[in-house]
Amino acid sequence: MNKIPNRQAICDVLMEHAKEDRDILVLCSDSRGSASMAPFFKEFPDQAIETGIAEQNLVSISAGLAKAGKKPYAASPACFLSTRSYEQAKVDVAYSNTNVKLIGISGGVSYGALGMSHHSAQDFAAMSAIPNMRVYCPSDRHQTKKLIEALLCDEKPAYLRVGRNPVEDVYDEENVPFELNRATVLSEGTDVLIVACGEMVLAAKEAAETLSREGISAAALDMYCIKPLDEKTLIEKAKNVKAVITIEEHAPYGGLGTQVAGVLAQSCPKKMKILALPDSPVITGVSKEVFDYYGLNAQGIVNAAKELVNE
Amino acid sequence: MNLKKLAYELRLDVLELIRSAKAGHIGGDMSAMEILTVLYNKVMNISPENQNDPNRDYFIMSKGHSMEAYYAVLCKKGFMDIDDVVANYSRFGSQYIGHPNNKLPGIEMNSGSLGHGLPVCVGIAKACKMDSRPSRVYVVMGDGELAEGSVWEGAMAASQYNLDNLCAVVDRNRLQISGSTEDVMHQDDVGVRFAAFGWNVITTAGNDTDALEKAFAQAEKVKGKPTVIVAETTKGCGVSFMENQAGWHHRVPTEEEYELAKKELKEKAEAC
Repeated sequence: MNKIPNRQAICDVLMEHAKEDRDILVLCSDSRGSASMAPFFKEFPDQAIETGIAEQNLVSISAGLAKAGKKPYAASPACFLSTRSYEQAKVDVAYSNTNVKLIGISGGVSYGALGMSHHSAQDFAAMSAIPNMRVYCPSDRHQTKKLIEALLCDEKPAYLRVGRNPVEDVYDEENVPFELNRATVLSEGTDVLIVACGEMVLAAKEAAETLSREGISAAALDMYCIKPLDEKTLIEKAKNVKAVITIEEHAPYGGLGTQVAGVLAQSCPKKMKILALPDSPVITGVSKEVFDYYGLNAQGIVNAAKELVNE
Repeated sequence: MNLKKLAYELRLDVLELIRSAKAGHIGGDMSAMEILTVLYNKVMNISPENQNDPNRDYFIMSKGHSMEAYYAVLCKKGFMDIDDVVANYSRFGSQYIGHPNNKLPGIEMNSGSLGHGLPVCVGIAKACKMDSRPSRVYVVMGDGELAEGSVWEGAMAASQYNLDNLCAVVDRNRLQISGSTEDVMHQDDVGVRFAAFGWNVITTAGNDTDALEKAFAQAEKVKGKPTVIVAETTKGCGVSFMENQAGWHHRVPTEEEYELAKKELKEKAEAC
């Protein structure tokens, strides 16, 4: 069982690069512990900025730092970062085109029993709707590392969401296929295509394997890049199948499923099933309990695939 | 340079811009004019030649709706051409929009939504401190804007980080779109509030270029904490029938009013 959460992978990569590049900064809003950024604050006190519990300020200050040539990574719970400071993300970061990377931690329903105030099931929709904002949700620690390394090389705004707890590896550490803004193909297939992001990717991979054993040929994509969506790969893979299933830790509106449906409806219409959280406060429980309750797991994908193929 | 005269001449540019676009926020343009004129022509190390120099001074127009005043000052400084701005302001497809647009030369950040400028300047000032740069950072806010909570998040952080390279200016014209600031959300103790947040506070006559020059010089000498200059201004300053009238927040003058305003401003400029 992997013990390293994706947020820690982010801290590790930033620490590795902060030694060489003194312009790399980490900002937290009393969130250094929950963001796994405490080691960064300890080792690079001159490159770490605490803003207090003030997410709007966190984002505006980051934009100002970027304006003056710094490379800020603002890490705060995804629920607050994506909604409390939404206008700062829109105006100071995206509209002003500042090199700010917004790191939404403990995303989705990671905070479990803390309730809807702490869940961020709207962040893909909210952030995707902002022009010049990119939206990413990596699956495992290895992909997270690759993603941060790629983001360190550009100077454009981005929002990134990771969960709170460690998740099982999807990829082998030695072989992590990754290209920025390109989906990772987990399997090829001719009956159904499964498109997943974040913590749902492992379920997609397992479901594809189960389906193949049962005679249904399933392709699966890790669409960690929600915006810009990798339309090319999506259409290419969707062309070969009868139906498409999307799965995400997000509300049913404006997330991965909506975006995939929008692309396919215009370029390659297919029968579709969007697996997502409900349009209501979610049931109380830890992530796995919540996912299982709503069928956001390998079995849920398998069931949806069978229904679609047999329709 | 005769700054008093210049401020009246730039008000004439504001009048042309608003007449041409049939839109604008004339009341706040006129109240902020001396603040911008003094900053760009006396205080700040910023020009078209050094606009990418990391050691330049930084300016953010947080009350972004006073854009006509900002255009007039930037054009005078050589960042843009006033005739081009007048001809295209607010027109279809134009980059010259009614709020700061950082695709244009001389404009650092986009604004328009109030309460953003100060926290952004905290970031800029912090970065300059981190790199031991000589840059000073200036932001102009409206007094109505101070009702935005984010202003006070920024104010808190600025003193926490000891940003003595940051100077905020409040264009204290006492009017906002709905009427008196004191009726809408009172700001009479603005100085006390900033002082309570750990700021050095200077209150001065905000349509007096000499007083402003002194205030900025004084602010620069203060170490260890940021300074706010509460600039006591008159909304619509310079055009007698616009002064202290909330109705002139964003009214567009008629041709007759335009001629009257132009005549008055010309006379005032010549008298300086």
